[in-house]
Amino acid sequence: MIQINELHKKFGKNEVLGGVDLEIPQGGISAVLGPNGSGKTTLIKCILGMVIPNSGSIEACGQPTKKDWKYRQQINYLPQIANFPSNLKVAELISMIQDLRQKPSDADRLIALFELKPFLDKKLGALSGGTKQKVNIVLAFMFDSPLLMLDEPTTGLDPAALIQLKKLIRSEKEKGKTILITSHIMSFVEEVADEIVYLLEGNIHFKGSLEDLKSITLGTSLEEAITRLTTKEQLHDA
Amino acid sequence: MRAKQITVCPSCEVKTIQQGVQQATDFDTILVKKGVYKEFNILIDKPLLLLGENYPQIDGEDQGEIITITSDDVVVDGLFLVNVGTSYTRDHAAIRVIQSERFVIRNVVLERLFFGIYLEKARNGKVINNKIVGDAVEEFNSGNGIQLWYCKDIEVRGNIVERVRDGIYLEFSDRIEIRDNFSSNNVRYGLHFMFSNDDVYSNNTFKNNGAGVAVMFSKRIKMLDNTFAKNWGPTSYGLLLKEINDAEIRGNVFEENSTGIALEGSNRINYDANHFLNNGWAVKVRGACYSNKFTNNNFMYNSFDVSYDGNLNDNLFERNYWSDYTGYDLDDNGLGDVPYRPVKLFSYIVNRSPETIVLLRSLFMDIIDFSEKVSPVFTPDNLLDRQPLMQQVK
Amino acid sequence: MMLKILKYSFFDLMRSRWSYIYFLFYLALGFVLLFLNNDVSKAVITLMNVIIILVPLIGTIFGVMYYYNSKEFTELLLAQPVKRSSIFLGQYLGVSVSLGLCLVLGLGIPFALYGLFKSDAIWDFSLLLVTGAFLTFIFTALSFNIALSNENKIKGFGYAVLLWLFLAIIYDGLFLLSLIVFGDYPLDVFSLGATVFNPIDLSRTLILLKLDISALLGYTGAVFKTFFGTGLGLLVSLGMLILWTLLPIWRMVHKSKRKDF
Repeated sequence: MIQINELHKKFGKNEVLGGVDLEIPQGGISAVLGPNGSGKTTLIKCILGMVIPNSGSIEACGQPTKKDWKYRQQINYLPQIANFPSNLKVAELISMIQDLRQKPSDADRLIALFELKPFLDKKLGALSGGTKQKVNIVLAFMFDSPLLMLDEPTTGLDPAALIQLKKLIRSEKEKGKTILITSHIMSFVEEVADEIVYLLEGNIHFKGSLEDLKSITLGTSLEEAITRLTTKEQLHDA
Repeated sequence: MRAKQITVCPSCEVKTIQQGVQQATDFDTILVKKGVYKEFNILIDKPLLLLGENYPQIDGEDQGEIITITSDDVVVDGLFLVNVGTSYTRDHAAIRVIQSERFVIRNVVLERLFFGIYLEKARNGKVINNKIVGDAVEEFNSGNGIQLWYCKDIEVRGNIVERVRDGIYLEFSDRIEIRDNFSSNNVRYGLHFMFSNDDVYSNNTFKNNGAGVAVMFSKRIKMLDNTFAKNWGPTSYGLLLKEINDAEIRGNVFEENSTGIALEGSNRINYDANHFLNNGWAVKVRGACYSNKFTNNNFMYNSFDVSYDGNLNDNLFERNYWSDYTGYDLDDNGLGDVPYRPVKLFSYIVNRSPETIVLLRSLFMDIIDFSEKVSPVFTPDNLLDRQPLMQQVK
Repeated sequence: MMLKILKYSFFDLMRSRWSYIYFLFYLALGFVLLFLNNDVSKAVITLMNVIIILVPLIGTIFGVMYYYNSKEFTELLLAQPVKRSSIFLGQYLGVSVSLGLCLVLGLGIPFALYGLFKSDAIWDFSLLLVTGAFLTFIFTALSFNIALSNENKIKGFGYAVLLWLFLAIIYDGLFLLSLIVFGDYPLDVFSLGATVFNPIDLSRTLILLKLDISALLGYTGAVFKTFFGTGLGLLVSLGMLILWTLLPIWRMVHKSKRKDF
């Protein structure tokens, strides 16, 4: 589904991605993990074409992403910080995105699911962080696309909404979709992810299934496994 | 003795005008019927009325002068004269009047000419309602439309003069009245005075000439209610005054000229109730000019109102209307409470570096003009209209 | 797709308070100039000063402001299947078209009510509006360029104001200085060239051709004479204004394709 080769990206002198090779197969849920500043978001933005790589190639849905935009029709994206035009109303935003993508959407079902009905006539600037994130989720899930990229999807969600989100992710997975998630919440990742990609300082340090990760690091939980992975690296370095 | 009438036409007994003149006695009428007469050097040496019917054409075939008048009391009326020979040694004219009195030249049409109507030491005559259309391009090989040389008491009225060197030219001619003429597209001046005194010109229009009117080395000229328009070019003026004393300039309209009035060495002139509209420079004062008085004039939308090089020299600007004036009238007496400075710093700069004209109306220029207005450094401190009018002069 | 984005930007701006203020300002200016003063020629001259100075300033400030304020909107769009150039061109056109409309309608309505269409000043006035519209498009494009090159909002604003200050005032000051300093050399080609390289000067020249042709033709110089005395000046100025509009737009599109968000 996604094929990344030798991806390099620098912001100024700061190297964020240092030659990432990654293949994400079709179907299933992959989680990209790593500490702050490890390049998770940059990686996702590269796939989306929001960040232009210095070198390397990316293919998404079988198409090279360079100088193209049509492949984005196959992608639903949930941005990390839901920054919306603040003077737009929720309903307007949703219909605008529908208008832009010209695809059938099931926004209504999602609005009901996340109980957003009372907010439709409110301006986005007036919403709380959690509600904004719900709108964000609606926008990301309302179209039927083969690839979903979710950047920190749990941010600001209350437990009820979180349960809905997990359900949503699972049902999408069952439809055979490819889902790429970044998150800090290990329990969440442990619950949903099939594959783990561990990113540190712009390089992939681990890629494999949850079970592999646990057996390699001898950790009993993902959290422990990740911590060990990090310390092992440090030991290795020393 | 009763005057008789001689009829000239191509099929008549008398076939040429020359023949007619020879057969005529004093005060006869020669009636010229419509037709083409190829004649030149027609000498009229006795008092006659030479009357054309339906504009008969006299074609000089570029041979020289067409009609020469040497007698008093001659009237020429209704002829169409063409092809006066151009010469670099002699000033051939379509009609020349030499030392005659009480002549009238009227309703004559002149085309393809060198000089048009040339009056030489003539007196008490009239040049009325003629139309002179030349084809002049350069000054050196063209002549003037109506020229007066050493003449006195002549009336020049209702003529149309186009595309000659000077539309009307006066040299050493006094007490001439020039009225209701239309002088346009002439290579040099619409009207030109040299060494002529006590003349009046009024209600004329001078448009699109090399320069509208040039008044030089003359005294006591009255210039009333004329229109000077669209005289465009670096050396182009609506009105040029050079070494002029005691003139009166009233009720004229200066519109869209590069320079409305340029004066040089001219003294004791009253400028009253004139309208200066959309000129590059409304008034340009050069050299020493003393005691010029500008009152009740409208200065509107000129790029520059007044430009000066030198001192104010007791010239006076008072009670004029300036469209650029931004002052107020708190006591409501119709006069602005703050004086108006008609000379901008920018006009000095343009005088020095002419290319700076492209910066006209730029914010930068407005700013330095404003600072100069607040505290004059370069412009004469006392050059101001202390009583600017709040309303236009009607 | 670009048109859709233009539409959203346009309606977004049309609902903003600032557009109303801008529109009402011109409306008021037009009415005051015409109905209190009753002098079309004077009104045209005053308008020229306003258009030459204010339009570029508003275009720059509005452009930068809109860019930074709609950053979220832009990011949202970037993740959608939309071409980058469509996003930025759409937003740019949204801003410049709404500003241009404020200007043209704000001034046009009072003039139309005044009965300008029957007066001779209609050409002067139309020329003013055309140059005003050009300046709006040029300076909005320039401001988008500045904003695209500066992540920092404060810096971007600073550069935008500096740009305006430079082109509106400082440039002319330097220009004047060089004309005076090099006064011994023939400068007519230089001065026309220097005019052409500043869109504000260029627009001013275009208006001068109408308002001050008498003065311009008072200068001795063959180059000036052909430039100002024939249709050449008008053609060259208009052509350069079009170039001045297209170049920043081109750079904006070019720059946007290389930018990370």
